[in-house]
Amino acid sequence: MAEGRDVAIATVVETWGSAPRPVGSHLVIDEAGNFEGSVSGGCVEGSVIAEAMDVISQGTPRMLEFGVADETAWQVGLSCGGRIKVYVERLG
Amino acid sequence: MDPYCLKKLNAERQARRAALLLTDLGDGRDRVIKEGDPVAGLLGDAVRQAFLSGKSSLVEIEGRSFFLNVHVPPPRLVVIGAVHISQALAPMAKIAGYDMEIIDPRTAFATPERFPDIKLFAEWPQDILEQRPLDPYTAVAVVTHDPKIDDQALERALQAGCFYVGALGSRKTHAKRVERLKALGFSEDEIALIHSPIGLDIGAASPAEIAVAVMAEVIKAFRARGLQTARHLEKTA
Repeated sequence: MAEGRDVAIATVVETWGSAPRPVGSHLVIDEAGNFEGSVSGGCVEGSVIAEAMDVISQGTPRMLEFGVADETAWQVGLSCGGRIKVYVERLG
Repeated sequence: MDPYCLKKLNAERQARRAALLLTDLGDGRDRVIKEGDPVAGLLGDAVRQAFLSGKSSLVEIEGRSFFLNVHVPPPRLVVIGAVHISQALAPMAKIAGYDMEIIDPRTAFATPERFPDIKLFAEWPQDILEQRPLDPYTAVAVVTHDPKIDDQALERALQAGCFYVGALGSRKTHAKRVERLKALGFSEDEIALIHSPIGLDIGAASPAEIAVAVMAEVIKAFRARGLQTARHLEKTA
């Protein structure tokens, strides 16, 4: 932010069953897709980052859900069998 | 997220004070609540519970959902005395997630050979505690048996509102300690916060067993810490 980059913050707000990162964990993403932190063991980060880019440009927060029941979740792979809810918002 | 909130939250974390970020998931608005800040109603109950447990959570209140992200400082354990008990306590504290440090001005005791992989200060407690002040998220255990060393740390631990203060020594030793602290102006209530004899009563005999008892007592105090911390915050507000 201090360097003039637009930034989004993704936060794990709810987990069910076995989840790799506890509630409150953060992933910080900039407009170029650089990121720091984690919301899972690397399984859904790619998808969260893509959504975060949209959030950065649009400014509206989003709630994302990942779990085994979800087709795409298998593809991005929450293989541990848990489910997580991730809140993505723009900073500022 | 409001960048001002982030700044405020980071300042609290830097200062080792508990704070939480409250986000209204309906409209995305957020604010920082510090431990002890008055919050009314059901939300206030959820906030108090969050500080107590240290766990972040999603709560539904009157049809709105809020996310409470709690940031509680990592607990610290300061041990006065580089003795046999401390040698056993060091690895235990690490496993339990406590950042432990040892202070003992007796250079024969406080040697890196006896205490590898731990912050060790071979200086007087008052000097080190000046540079590295105690706070409500710090536990203090004094185990040197030497009033010259122990008392300085006890005084500061009581003043700082440490969530745990423990002192090694027999009942007789402790009775003398109580007299000295009274002479320094501490009230009976304040002195009663000191855990002595130190450690949960598990019949511990060896230094390692005493370390287990101390660690367990520290954990117990941390998990029950709410009331004591609230009292301290009220006093210093």
